[in-house]
Amino acid sequence: MLLVLAVLVGLWELYRWIWTSTGWTWPFVVNDTSMPHVWTIVKAFGQPAQVDQPALISILLRKAAFTAQEAAAGFGLGAMIGFVLAVALAHSRLLQRSFLPYIVGSQTVPILAVAPMVVLWINPRLPASLQNWGAVAVIAAYLTFFPVTVNTLRGLQSADARALELMRSYAAGRWWVLWKLRVPASLPYVFTALRLAATVSVVGAIIGELPTGLQDGLGGAIINFNQYYSIEPQELWATNVIAALLGIAFFVLVVLAEKAIVRRPPERAV
Amino acid sequence: MTDPVAAPAVVRLEGVTKTFPQGNVTALQDIDLAVAPREFVSLIGPSGCGKSTLLRVIGDLIEPTSGSLSVNGKPARKAREDGDYGIVFQDAVLFDWRTVAKNIALPLEMLGWERRRRKQRVAEMLELVELTGFADHHPWQLSGGMQQRVAIARALSFEPALLLMDEPFGALDEMTRERLNLELLSIWEQTGNTVVFVTHSISEAVFLSSRVVVMSPRPGRIAGTVDIDLPYPRTAQTRDAPRFFELVTEVRQLLRSRGEHLLPEEEAVLE
Repeated sequence: MLLVLAVLVGLWELYRWIWTSTGWTWPFVVNDTSMPHVWTIVKAFGQPAQVDQPALISILLRKAAFTAQEAAAGFGLGAMIGFVLAVALAHSRLLQRSFLPYIVGSQTVPILAVAPMVVLWINPRLPASLQNWGAVAVIAAYLTFFPVTVNTLRGLQSADARALELMRSYAAGRWWVLWKLRVPASLPYVFTALRLAATVSVVGAIIGELPTGLQDGLGGAIINFNQYYSIEPQELWATNVIAALLGIAFFVLVVLAEKAIVRRPPERAV
Repeated sequence: MTDPVAAPAVVRLEGVTKTFPQGNVTALQDIDLAVAPREFVSLIGPSGCGKSTLLRVIGDLIEPTSGSLSVNGKPARKAREDGDYGIVFQDAVLFDWRTVAKNIALPLEMLGWERRRRKQRVAEMLELVELTGFADHHPWQLSGGMQQRVAIARALSFEPALLLMDEPFGALDEMTRERLNLELLSIWEQTGNTVVFVTHSISEAVFLSSRVVVMSPRPGRIAGTVDIDLPYPRTAQTRDAPRFFELVTEVRQLLRSRGEHLLPEEEAVLE
C-alpha cells in the first residue's frame, strides 16, 4: 500500500517534470498552479493559510471532524432508511414495482439541485443543536440510502430456494424467515453497499455543505480555497487529500465491521 | 417390519395427483401409498418420475392438485405446522453464518426451546451423528459427508416422527455414501423414526429400506413396490448377500418394465 503511494507520488512528479521540461501543453499547461509539487502540498499542511491562523493541518482536521460528523449521521440515517425500505420492498412485488422506479429516479436528480430545497425544508424544523449540519446529514443520507436499498433487496432475495423450503418445513412465519434466513443471507450484499455508502456519504456531506454556506466543514474549505487557487493551489490540494483520507477512513471502518460480523467461507471472502 | 395395513399409517396418500400448469405436466398421477410407523420406505425411479415432488407433497411444501393426504393422521399442513417431520435435502442447506451447533439448534429456536435445553439437545444430536467436537466449526470447514450428518442432526433435533430425505447422499462419493448409509441405519434404529427416502440408486434403496417403491415417469406413477426382507441390523456384509443381489435385480426389472407388468402381489402392498 505504501509502495503504491510512493509510485503515485513518483508518477505525479515525473509527469510534472516531463511536461514542464518539454513545454507540452496538452491536455493542460503544467506549472506550479495546475500541478504543485507534492512536497509543496505536504509543506502546506504545516503552514498557516492566513497569517494569524494555526497551521493548515489543524484547521483541516477540525473541519474534517465536522464533516465526518455529518457524514456519519448521514451514513447511519441512510443505511437505516435504505435497509428498512429494502425489507418493505422485498415483501411485496407490488411495492417493488410501484416504488423502485422512483427510488432510481431520486438518484438521477443531481444532489446539488436538491440540496438547497432540503436545507430550506428541514433546517427550520431542526433543534438548535442540529441546525445546518443536520440538514447536511440528510443530504448525505439521500445519497447513502440508494446503494443500501438496491443491494439489500438483492441480498434478501438471494436466499437459497432449498433454505426457504427448509424454513417452510418448520412452519416459520415471515419474521422468522426474515431474521433467521433472509437478513443473514443478505449481509454480504449489505456490506458491499455499505462500503459504497461510506464513501458516498463523505462526498454527500461535502457537497451538502455548499448550498448551506456552512464554513465549518471541508466543503466550506474547498469553496474558500478555490477562490485563492491561482495564488495558493497547494491549500486546495491539501484539502482534497484530507477529504480523500476521510473517505478512506469511513471505508476501512465498514470493512472492519464486516470482518467482525459476517461469517462466510474464507475462499469467498473479499 | 410392521404390517402397513394394520398399523395406523404415518403417511397415507390416496389418489394423489399433481399437475403443474406450466407446460401442463402431470408430475404425479393417482398415487396411493401408506407408510407405517418405523418403516423405512425408499422412493426410486428415473429423473422426472416425480419422486421428489411426491416427497414435497408429503411435507406440504407443494400442494397436490387432487387426492387426499394425511401425515400422522392429520392434514399435511397441520402436520407441518406441528413439526411432525424433519427434512434433509441433497445439499445440506446449512447456514454459513451459523456454527454447526447453531445450525442444529435452528428448528429448536423457532420452537421456542430455551437455551439450556437447546444446548443439551444439540450435544445429544452431535453424539448421535458422531460429530462431537465439531460444534463450533462453521459448515464450510466440514466435508460433504459431515455437512450431511449435520443436516440429519438438524432434521431430527426436535424429534419428529417422520424423516423425509431427498437424495441426501446423492452428491457424495461412493465410499462416503456407503458409510453414511450404515450410519443412517444405526441412527434410524436408535431413534425409531419413520423414513421416506428418495434416491436414484438401486443398491442404496435396497440396502436401507424395509420397502422400496418404484416409480415410473410421464406421468409419475407407482410402478410397483418391493418388500426388502433382509434382516436388520444390516452391516457392510449385507451388500454381499445373495438375497441382496436378488432384490437389487427385482427392483431393476421393475424399473425397466416402467410399470407395465405389475405383479398381483406387488399391487397388494400398495393398498
